[in-house]
Amino acid sequence: MTNSLPETDALFRPANPAHFENKQISRPSLSFWQDAVLKIVKNKMAVIGFVLLTAIIVLSIIGPYLVPYSQSEQSLTEGNLPLSSDHWFGTDDLGRDMWARIWAGARISLIIGIASALIDLVIGITVGGVSGYMAGRGKTGDRIDSFLMRIVEVLYGIPYLLVVILLMVIMEPGLVTMIIALSITGWVGMARIVRGQILQLKQQEFVLAAEKLGTSHGKIIIKHLLPNMMGIIIVTLTFTIPQAIFAESFLSFLGLGVQAPTASWGTMANDALGTILSGHWWRLFFPALMISLTMFAFNAFGDGLQDALDPRSKN
Amino acid sequence: MSENVLEIHDVKKHFNVGNKQVVKSVDGISFSIKKGETLGIVGESGSGKSTIGRTIVGLYEATAGKVVFEGKEISQLDRKEKREFNRKMQMIFQDPHASLNPRMRVGEIIAEGIDAYGLAKGKAKQERVFQLLERVGLHPDHATRFPHEFSGGQRQRIGIARALAVQPSFIVADEPISALDVSIQAQVVNLLEDLQKEEDLTYLFIAHDLAMVKHISDRIGVMYLGKMMELAESQTLFQEPLHPYTNALLSAIPVSAPKLRGTRERIVLGGDPPSPINPPSGCPFRTRCPSTMERCAVVMPEWKEVKKDHWVACHLY
Repeated sequence: MTNSLPETDALFRPANPAHFENKQISRPSLSFWQDAVLKIVKNKMAVIGFVLLTAIIVLSIIGPYLVPYSQSEQSLTEGNLPLSSDHWFGTDDLGRDMWARIWAGARISLIIGIASALIDLVIGITVGGVSGYMAGRGKTGDRIDSFLMRIVEVLYGIPYLLVVILLMVIMEPGLVTMIIALSITGWVGMARIVRGQILQLKQQEFVLAAEKLGTSHGKIIIKHLLPNMMGIIIVTLTFTIPQAIFAESFLSFLGLGVQAPTASWGTMANDALGTILSGHWWRLFFPALMISLTMFAFNAFGDGLQDALDPRSKN
Repeated sequence: MSENVLEIHDVKKHFNVGNKQVVKSVDGISFSIKKGETLGIVGESGSGKSTIGRTIVGLYEATAGKVVFEGKEISQLDRKEKREFNRKMQMIFQDPHASLNPRMRVGEIIAEGIDAYGLAKGKAKQERVFQLLERVGLHPDHATRFPHEFSGGQRQRIGIARALAVQPSFIVADEPISALDVSIQAQVVNLLEDLQKEEDLTYLFIAHDLAMVKHISDRIGVMYLGKMMELAESQTLFQEPLHPYTNALLSAIPVSAPKLRGTRERIVLGGDPPSPINPPSGCPFRTRCPSTMERCAVVMPEWKEVKKDHWVACHLY
């Protein structure tokens, strides 16, 4: 009887050394963004949202040119015409073509939505970024951080309706005033999100490693912090744009937004209020439908993006 | 004996945690490391071992005390010297999942330090990256991959390559193996040992696994609640530990040889480590110490060299 096990024990066999040479990874190398696109394409709602969104944007550009009427051209004899092959969406009480007006309104909505979202983005990233990056860097850094955050908190407390009404008194009501009004209070949300993200990322070991390797502050922000926040920033954008669009429609509906004769979904819906009883349903239906569709498209797409860009949801 | 590359004198690092409360994460630690040596630091979670590592590399500024690297105190360095210090002293991080930027390709990650110091450009840089990848046992093809495509052990190798890229002389390894599988741990430790020989590196090796630390370290320091309890050569520390805490730690190492099992007494410490916000008076270990005395509650024992190269902080000696 021997103590050692037989040399060729069936349970263990020496591994083939060639096995260890096999260090190749067979999966194609996908960057983060390629991965995100693949995930979005798999998400039905996000695709529907994206298609709708593209359709709305394209039609807001070419829509008015598809009919021989301009959005402001009146024809009093052709007031309140129902849908027909001449007037696809009917006409309003002044005989203006609803199709042309809807897409002109879409332009206003999209411009306001995108412009105020971009302004939010720039101010929000700057303020939130400085605040988050300076926090914890000595006394001066902490002071800058708390100073900026106090401003954010004050602005957060002011209802935007109040700001808008105030601005309308001071400035001429219109597109620019509207964008300014929405941006003044809108950027604080982005600033808070960016600050929170930076505070979190700053503690990550890869940022510490970069600092230790002597990478400059600018490079750390551009190469390490921003790319890792892009997902959340973009998702926030896809939710602030519809918010701004909705705010525009709402304010125009109340008469605080863009002024006649400029078409806007909000003013069109407001004009149509009196006609609900008279049976000219298309006057209210199309602006309302467009507002809803746009909201839906942005939110569906934004949700899909959120899932696709969330680093924690790695299938 | 060769000179000390690193000396730290009575270093403290305190964190404010609001409400005027202070966590004394590191509270008065002194030791030195000789060139080419590996000093292991062990201690349970919250003992301040990571904090001391980060303070030494300069990621944290010491609240008090001096960190002297190659004869110069690091808080007094001018801009140029600071840059040189940052290059020479590198760190390997604990969590290989958090220490690599998920949005950068491996090649860019490794090249980061090369770029920061302008050590190489274009083709030469690429060559250097490939060389580093091979040096740590990866394939040059991996340069175009993203960190999430690698296993924990491979990521840790990438982290090591990144640190090596700037040709450091001193590496602080902050629990480099504790997040890895046991089978992978040995590979990474072997890699670190090989590199030490070839690149003439000095290590500060932080860990909580005594057996692994014994294997790699020349000397070992034992930390408890922000204080150093004992520091001695690895062999000495394992054969004749002086401090009751070291004794308890050593008795917790599992015995692999079946024949020897049961021959050693297991010292079981009661309770949890006290909160570093409100540490016990005197010696922090007295609340769990089997041989505590009245004096322990009054004064913190002095840090003294009981035998040659054997330091301990305990009233028993």
